[in-house]
Amino acid sequence: MFVARSIAADHKDLIHDVSFDFHGRRMATCSSDQSVKVWDKSESGDWHCTASWKTHSGSVWRVTWAHPEFGQVLASCSFDRTAAVWEEIVGESNDKLRGQSHWVKRTTLVDSRTSVTDVKFAPKHMGLMLATCSADGIVRIYEAPDVMNLSQWSLQHEVSCKLSCSCISWNPSSSRAHPPMIAVGSDDGSPNAMAKVQVFEYNENTRKYAKAETLMTVTDPVHDIAFAPNLGRSFHILAIATKDVRIFTLKPVRKELTSSGGPTKFEIQVVAQFDNHNSQVWRVSWNITGTVLASSGDDGCVRLWKANYMDNWKCTGILKGNGSPVSGSSQQGNANPSLGSNIPNLQHSLNGSSAGRKHS
Amino acid sequence: MEELDGEPTVTLIPGVNSQKKQMCFDWGPGEMLVCETSFSKKEKSEMVPGCPYIHIIRKDIDVYCKILRKLFNESHGIFVGLQRIEEELTGKSRKAQLVRVSKNYRSVIRACMEEMHQLAIAAKDPAGDSQFSSQISILSAMELIWNLCEILFIEVAPAGPLLLHLLDWVRLHVCEVDSLSADVLGSENPSKHKDFWKLPGNTQTLTELELKWQHWHEECERHLQDGTFASSPHLEALCKIMLGDEAALLEEKELLSNWYHFLVTRLLYSHPTVKPMDLHRYAQSSLDVFLGGESNTEPLDNILLAAFEFDIHQVIKECSTALSNWWFVAHLTDLLDHCKLLQSHNLYFGSNMREFLLLEYASGLFAHHSLWQLGVDYFDYCPELGRVSLELHIERIPLSTEQKALKVLRVCEQRQMTEQVRSICKILAMKAVRNNRLGSALSWSIRAKDAAFATLVSDRFLRDYCERGCFSDLDLIDNLGPAMMLSDRLTFLGKYREFHRLYGEKRFVDAAALLLSLMTSQIAPRSFWMTLLTDALPLLEQKQVIFSAEQTYELMRCLEDLTSGRLVHGEPDAQQLQDDDIETTKVEMLRIGLARNLARSIIKEGSLEGS
Repeated sequence: MFVARSIAADHKDLIHDVSFDFHGRRMATCSSDQSVKVWDKSESGDWHCTASWKTHSGSVWRVTWAHPEFGQVLASCSFDRTAAVWEEIVGESNDKLRGQSHWVKRTTLVDSRTSVTDVKFAPKHMGLMLATCSADGIVRIYEAPDVMNLSQWSLQHEVSCKLSCSCISWNPSSSRAHPPMIAVGSDDGSPNAMAKVQVFEYNENTRKYAKAETLMTVTDPVHDIAFAPNLGRSFHILAIATKDVRIFTLKPVRKELTSSGGPTKFEIQVVAQFDNHNSQVWRVSWNITGTVLASSGDDGCVRLWKANYMDNWKCTGILKGNGSPVSGSSQQGNANPSLGSNIPNLQHSLNGSSAGRKHS
Repeated sequence: MEELDGEPTVTLIPGVNSQKKQMCFDWGPGEMLVCETSFSKKEKSEMVPGCPYIHIIRKDIDVYCKILRKLFNESHGIFVGLQRIEEELTGKSRKAQLVRVSKNYRSVIRACMEEMHQLAIAAKDPAGDSQFSSQISILSAMELIWNLCEILFIEVAPAGPLLLHLLDWVRLHVCEVDSLSADVLGSENPSKHKDFWKLPGNTQTLTELELKWQHWHEECERHLQDGTFASSPHLEALCKIMLGDEAALLEEKELLSNWYHFLVTRLLYSHPTVKPMDLHRYAQSSLDVFLGGESNTEPLDNILLAAFEFDIHQVIKECSTALSNWWFVAHLTDLLDHCKLLQSHNLYFGSNMREFLLLEYASGLFAHHSLWQLGVDYFDYCPELGRVSLELHIERIPLSTEQKALKVLRVCEQRQMTEQVRSICKILAMKAVRNNRLGSALSWSIRAKDAAFATLVSDRFLRDYCERGCFSDLDLIDNLGPAMMLSDRLTFLGKYREFHRLYGEKRFVDAAALLLSLMTSQIAPRSFWMTLLTDALPLLEQKQVIFSAEQTYELMRCLEDLTSGRLVHGEPDAQQLQDDDIETTKVEMLRIGLARNLARSIIKEGSLEGS
């Protein structure tokens, strides 16, 4: 891996989240300076800030893009106890010339009584839907029934988790075999609080979300949680960021014909556990095919985890900050693309000078 | 054992202090975002004066390297060709074909090296020069390894010509580096050997060869014993070498660039009819003897040693670790799989490994704005996860131009990826609507077969018409054809436009019939009926009678239907009153017009023809 570009972020305070849009041509950043910035990638590969605006009256924790089928839509959540939905308005031609775009607030979601810690859009096959979670222990699911009118959102579900919530993840699987599913993590510090990871499943009959599983083996505060994209598997993969990186598989147990009313039962297994980050793991996220998991931890590194064709998980890469100054122009990468080799010695040995040559 | 071993690669991120801070990140389709942050200080905002950078991280360097573009393109052609002829490969010609494929791959590598070499010369820049030369040397190593694999795994006969091939291999790759050794070692011997082996088209059996060699070997021994070469130490040394005397060979070590050169030379003089399965015995010892325990083995050594030991999996594993791109291992493994070598070595995951590597390689191609098209074919030939991987990757391709979008859609349509087609068209339709390009939005909705969105766009068209009195994108609406049936609203839009066309062509009777049918067939939305009825007014006021009595009754019924449904909610405000006024006037005018027409039509229909 190599650093292709470095862009001066220009926020006045700590950045809490960075988010690529679906195609990787736009990104959003949010900060304790209470603003969100949107960046666009030009044809030449340069990134420009096309919008920057104040979104909340407190630190903005997370920012996320809706699927482009719904247009250019962002959601943000904040310490100010609200989450908001933003839509880009196609500007006047003057703005376009100056390379600026405008984002308007479509709705503010004010139901939480405490800091809203995460906001995530549901998979697109569920329509335009999002979930928020708060320190008040409640997960709220909102829906915009009319995709062309983003100012109308209704609170569809309130799921009580009983513990302060820190993160949520929708199961991206659109298979008809899998009802909608959402996992919630809690960073509640008290040792008595047992249900740090809970999985809720939507029930067609009751039209409600009901708890399907609690991962009892996770007893430490959970900071992040992520379902992996599903490549046609019958089971689910869930990654947890807690005091270590943990990867679980959830295999649906075949339901008895009689108990079709209740939520699915799962057979849960830990397929990987890594404590390389030395202390807390703060973020976990899957790549688009669900083949690589990235994690970020207290050791200041981002680690990449991959399973080989034998399904054994290993760390295949580390991103580490060494504090060295950012190279020259902010837009230029600091690596020349080249036919690389992981091991410097290989180049040496491939020069025809194998070990034996060292004598001459 | 089968894991992708080796230490994880470390990438340094500038500007980030991992001692004090952490990093937040996000995955993109081909890149990653990384930014310095602090997770533990959430409650209090920290007024950090500096501004951290956002870093874009990329994985597959080589995808962005222009010179390698040709390598990717041409090897893609070879790969696809190989998959296609698979069924036709049978019997003896199969091996020849596979060898040909292998040689094709190698010639592509060499062509790439040559091009780089030319560029290096042309560039005349010392910094770029070293970069080029390191790239060339890596390509050279790849060719070296591939060539050896070709000899040992694909080409080789059980015995006999093995050493010939190895000699060629050594001459081609190693002796190029050091022509001096070629001079010394090649002076007398090649000619003698050429006669001996009677190249090409050797028709002697292995036993015959062995016997001849034995005779010759004994003759050399006798010469040595007799002291024929006593006068010349040089010739004596030469004779010893020819007898396979290891010590003598090692004395000339500087002339041998490396252990595998030593191996082949040694075999040439001591075991020329060596069988492939015996090679490994000599390989390890050659390595040990040559290095003399003075230095460690390098990655290339390990790869070649694994090849000599016929441990294909080890070769692939070592190559995967040593090289930063998947190109080499993906193509080589695929070829070996076609040679049915992976399966014979290990049934369990032979084919899975091939697919694993191909998927990795193809995924890397999708990070590139045009190379993704090559990646499509690689996914096509991965039976287990190829299709779903393609689905996930292809919907992420940025649809920067219409041309690109159409390319992507064609790929999806060819493979019946209907959900991806729908999604991509929807994205484009939405983008068009937001930019008020209704015609574009409509055609994308139709392609997406998205009835709901087609309805939405049609409504917009109709609203536009009401506001401006004319249609935009007439061409599109006029030529909808069967697509009109996608949604009722769309059908109405098409038919309504047809009404205007008929009116413009003065085909009033047809226009009138169409107008009426739009209401009676319930295709027209109620909200639009007033507009339709208002459109009927000019037809009612024509000199000739257009609407028949029956039709007029229908129209009247529609009007009453519409007006009876109008209820007043609460206290009307000023604007509403004004609107109501306009409404009332319209309705009055319609009533008068309809009544008059009714009278005229009754008279007309009651009269005799011609009067």
